[in-house]
Amino acid sequence: MPEMIIDSRYSRRRRRNGVATTLAFAATALGLGWLVLILGALLWKGFSGLSVAVFTEMTPPPGSAGGLLNPIFGSLMLTGLAVAIGTPIGILAGTYMAEYGRYDKLTSVVRFINDILLSAPSIVVGLFIYQIMVAPMGHFSGWAGGVALSVLVIPVVVRTTEDMLTLVPNALREAATSIGLPRSLAIRHICYRAASAGMVTGVLLAVARISGETAPLLFTSLNNQFWSTNLNQPISSLPVIIFQFALSPYHDWQALAWTGALIITLAVLALSISARALVSSGKQS
Amino acid sequence: MVDVALTGRVAIPAEAVTRMKALARFQFGDALFRHLTRGAAIGVLLLLSGVIISLIEGSLPAIRAFGFGFLWSQSWNPVTDKYGALPAIYGTILTSFIAMLIAVPVGLMIAFFLTELCPKWLRRPIGIAIELLAGIPSIIYGIWGLFIFAPFLQATLQPFLINTLGNVPGIGSLFSGPPYGIGMLTSGLILAIMVLPFVTSITRDVFEAVPPVLKEAAYGLGCTTWEVVRNVVLPYARVGVIGGVMLGLGRALGETMAVTFVIGNAHRISASVLAPGTTISATIANEFTEAVGDLYTSALITLGLILFVITFIVLAIARYMLMRIERRIG
Repeated sequence: MPEMIIDSRYSRRRRRNGVATTLAFAATALGLGWLVLILGALLWKGFSGLSVAVFTEMTPPPGSAGGLLNPIFGSLMLTGLAVAIGTPIGILAGTYMAEYGRYDKLTSVVRFINDILLSAPSIVVGLFIYQIMVAPMGHFSGWAGGVALSVLVIPVVVRTTEDMLTLVPNALREAATSIGLPRSLAIRHICYRAASAGMVTGVLLAVARISGETAPLLFTSLNNQFWSTNLNQPISSLPVIIFQFALSPYHDWQALAWTGALIITLAVLALSISARALVSSGKQS
Repeated sequence: MVDVALTGRVAIPAEAVTRMKALARFQFGDALFRHLTRGAAIGVLLLLSGVIISLIEGSLPAIRAFGFGFLWSQSWNPVTDKYGALPAIYGTILTSFIAMLIAVPVGLMIAFFLTELCPKWLRRPIGIAIELLAGIPSIIYGIWGLFIFAPFLQATLQPFLINTLGNVPGIGSLFSGPPYGIGMLTSGLILAIMVLPFVTSITRDVFEAVPPVLKEAAYGLGCTTWEVVRNVVLPYARVGVIGGVMLGLGRALGETMAVTFVIGNAHRISASVLAPGTTISATIANEFTEAVGDLYTSALITLGLILFVITFIVLAIARYMLMRIERRIG
């Protein structure tokens, strides 16, 4: 009798374990399934629209053929601008946190705030830039869009720069100091070089993050149906065009939106995969 | 004596002078670089305070006009210039709640799979694949949700919910009304997919940080895998898991584009989760560029301020929890 109780108790535990294990398998399959479903839909819907015209022609008026040249170019410009503004600031701030003030109060405060900025809602960043740039200047502009994106670049770069510089062994710094290298030169020529792969990864991740950002651009760089390279004017960008075209009732606009979505996703995935490859190759060498 | 010393000065070799000059230049460069980096670090702080100050400044007209009543007023009428935040706040919280309701258990189970069940060689690829979900821009989720996921739900899950749970007394009203496809539930489900990677990757990291000795001891007592995870790993990693969940929640609350596509942008509070609604971020994204009049704009900025305050608190708690577990791991 007691043996049976033990037996049934044990089988109940085993059953419970079996259920939990199955659920874990199912959850993982679900997670991977979503990825496949989304990528599959993108390829299926976007690939048919992919042609040379997409990269050589302007966005069309509804009802006629066209491409995505101006939004692609606008996105590249805005991303470049954001990286040009955000990267130096991010690297400098990260340098202070890892090199000069590693145990400072200031560093721990900045780290905390930076981590919050890292996941702060991007639409709020758009409102912020609208307040400080668009409203005083009186018009939407590419500059405002670039600055808004740079606000998203900074926290990513700060975080990776700090992490990567912290990993640089102290012996390198001591060796540099012992041959009389000033601190700033040691940082720039020794530490940066040692941490370069990680720091480049940070910039790549930042680009991946901003290249699909739509919310902060909606009311900073706005949109432009025509070819424009003037950063003082509203400028077209891929995510905003996708937003506008996808919600439009025109079929060919919707098709272009899918193609744009495919281009962005492929770019982002390529960036994040190469960032990963860079990190793991840095670990091996 | 003094003269001798002074004449000696003339005899300082030229190379010593250049060396002094070089040293001075280095010192200057050193100080400059140091202050530059410090300035940039302080700049990050100024960025955050700048966001807060500009939002407060922009929301002053609406706060003056509506006072605290803005928070619980339900009207949203650009014609009469009457604005209230309650439908948007309600939508934000409800969609995030649905998202967490699904993402947390699924994320925990995936972390359980990755740390205990998965063969070693498969861990990295699966982990990366799940993290790629986090890399997909939110607008992609939006377009996918609008054209594929919402019609799918309209044809399958929603009629099913209406016909089954919709007839249950008590909770029936939650699942009443026509299947629109878009709406609160759809937004919540899409948010769940979006925050899943955040919950998963942090939970996996804290699961992995549990000392193997503890797990081995439990296995030695005859525990099943599930019992080890449930009674040893999970309690040990509790703080980190909560941190990861809060981080995901912060994302879900502030997520804009994916929700904007599928929420339906209706400024009302419906009993049914299938009905269209709105969230704070979707309202701003949909209406800001079309807002005419200072009060309208200001009301939208006030919504942004409310969103920022909510996410700030959630993210601060998340970071605090994660800092605590990082300190314990060492």
